[in-house]
Amino acid sequence: MPGHASCTEVRGIRMSQQAAQIESRIRGYILENLLFSSNPSDLANGASLLEQGIIDSTGVLEIVMFLEGEFGLSIKASDMLPENFDSVDNMVRFVLRLQGGT
Amino acid sequence: MIHTLHHRGPDGYGFHVGDGIGLAHARLSIIDLATGAQPIHNEHGTVWTVFNGEVFNYRELRAQLERQGHRFYTQSDTEVIVHLYEQHGDAFVEQLNGQFAIALWDATRRRLLLARDRTGIRPLFRARAAGRLWFGSEIKALLAVLPDLATLDPLGLVQTLSYWGPVDPTTLFQGIQSLPAGHLLAVEADGRETMTRYWDWRFPNAGAESGAHGHGSIEAAAEELRALLVDAVRLQLRADVPVGAYLSGGLDSSGIVALASRFTNTPIRTFGITFAEAEFDESAHQEAMVRHLGTAHTTLRCTARDIGEVFPTLVRHVEAPLLRTAAAPLMLLSRRVRETGYKVVLTGEGADEVFAGYDLFKEAKVRRFWARQPGSRLRPRLLERLYGYLDASPVAHAALAQSFFGKGLEAVDRPIFAHAPRWTTAQRALRFLSPELRASLGPWDPLAWYEQRLPADIGSWSPLARDQYVEAKSLLAAYLLPAQGDRAGMAHSIEGRFPYLDHRLIEFANRLPPHWKIRGLREKYVLRRALDGLLPPQILQRTKQPYRAPDHQSFFHQGVPLDYVADLLGGERIRAAGYFDAAAVGKLFDKCRRGDALGFADNQAFVGILSTMLLDELFIRRLARAEHHIS
Repeated sequence: MPGHASCTEVRGIRMSQQAAQIESRIRGYILENLLFSSNPSDLANGASLLEQGIIDSTGVLEIVMFLEGEFGLSIKASDMLPENFDSVDNMVRFVLRLQGGT
Repeated sequence: MIHTLHHRGPDGYGFHVGDGIGLAHARLSIIDLATGAQPIHNEHGTVWTVFNGEVFNYRELRAQLERQGHRFYTQSDTEVIVHLYEQHGDAFVEQLNGQFAIALWDATRRRLLLARDRTGIRPLFRARAAGRLWFGSEIKALLAVLPDLATLDPLGLVQTLSYWGPVDPTTLFQGIQSLPAGHLLAVEADGRETMTRYWDWRFPNAGAESGAHGHGSIEAAAEELRALLVDAVRLQLRADVPVGAYLSGGLDSSGIVALASRFTNTPIRTFGITFAEAEFDESAHQEAMVRHLGTAHTTLRCTARDIGEVFPTLVRHVEAPLLRTAAAPLMLLSRRVRETGYKVVLTGEGADEVFAGYDLFKEAKVRRFWARQPGSRLRPRLLERLYGYLDASPVAHAALAQSFFGKGLEAVDRPIFAHAPRWTTAQRALRFLSPELRASLGPWDPLAWYEQRLPADIGSWSPLARDQYVEAKSLLAAYLLPAQGDRAGMAHSIEGRFPYLDHRLIEFANRLPPHWKIRGLREKYVLRRALDGLLPPQILQRTKQPYRAPDHQSFFHQGVPLDYVADLLGGERIRAAGYFDAAAVGKLFDKCRRGDALGFADNQAFVGILSTMLLDELFIRRLARAEHHIS
């Protein structure tokens, strides 16, 4: 059931297990495919990927394709906004919103 | 040494050995086939020269020198060089209209001059070792006698990964320097060196351009430009062998072919590349132009597989890493040209720098307009009119594009403002460097580094002039002319000629007001006006489509890497070379193999890393193995 209340403690932040799983998959993808790194500390969840030069606007398209494939989403053109993709935290929120249908 | 340059001059060798000097030359016979063999000397045998390239205005210079009493023993363009030196001293180089790398020996003064053309069309390298100065047209000639210099220069590598090519005088090899374009080096008998810049891309102060205050009209400028273009093409058609032309279907090459057609009654021989992939292909426009001009046209159909197979040979010729594969089809095209018996082709290279054709210039114009009102939601939407030719366009989604191109708007007054997005993208390849190489470099800020070398008064030029200057000195001089121009052609003994880079034309265009080059968001406006009536409307009005080729796709076929790619990018090989982080390269390799690398940054990093490893294999390891074998 989307948005259920079971919680876990990750890096001091309380988040649902579902959110933690989404976060883990997104982090794994970005580390492997955009940062080409195996070091988790290379990626801060709140950091702007555009500002840090980790992605450019075509890099965002790769993230969109990943999110659609990984989470079975269909992302509309009207959702192609930097605020949805600019950081891990924003992506997690965005995926949760789409999965929750809100 | 000279045998390594056989591809540049397969028609014969010539030598001169004198007290304190040794000159060798590999000849590609184009002018004065009968008596033009080099080295060439003056009347008394006291001034000697070897040179690669052309002096296009040699007939006019010769007539003038003969009036001044000089006697010639050949019909070649080379001979004017020694007499001009006698007449004008070091300033002789300013009289030349051409593309050249010259070595001139003044036996009386025991003095050597090395000179390179204004924009950097023909290469010239030098090194000091074993108490001597060595020079040659390609690095491989120097390495043949100085194998100890086969060591990669980390600065050359990071420059290439940032700006697409090493910046003169840096090369990829420690101890080997490139003579910068527009420079003359004098080496005196006591070894003292004096470097003089005799020409540079200069622009007037903003607002002081000709026509900027109502003086003159764009009609008059277009007319003058057309006359200059006609004269540049007339001079560059000079040869004692037939001259062909490259024809892509774009405005620039079509304009050259149309102008060249005026000087001949027989159909011009033209050559063009086509691609199976629609994103890169310009066949329809090429065919339209062939029909319009009635040229005798040959096309080379290029596939990603062709590029992958020929890429190691390309790197051997270029002697530097590449971030794009686009020079590979041009090298294949030069082979085709050679097979037809031609040695010389005119091309449209240079028009985008001289007349502001690239989207980068328009992108910068929009970003500057936007920077004046950063909060505007309408101004950045102008970006959507750019990059229409890309499948994965960076402006496909307005909000994302605004976020990317909106970065750095506060740097609007910096001279590298236009180039910051491109260089920021390219330098993402730096993250693949090994920690050791990174540490050996110290801090590296590509934007600040480049700014330090710009002319002191660049800030007083118009913003477009600043962008054009940086473009001419970086992409054109460091990548396009050496890789896609000289080396891709000379690999098969083909001499490219570039009428848009006639220095009279550059100087004229640099004086024009910026809005005559980019009118609104219409690029090369004054050039279009100058070519009006010569080209069909669909070519004349065509929006710029940059020449590109498939990148990482060239190295994998259905997910399987070419053998040499798998070998060179394997973890062990990467670790042994020491330039890159093996784990990071492995991840990029997997991403490209899966076909998931969409953007410029990944493609450039992949091609850059692969070509660096090829350079290591072809020059550094091979020489090391040869030395080991000998010892």
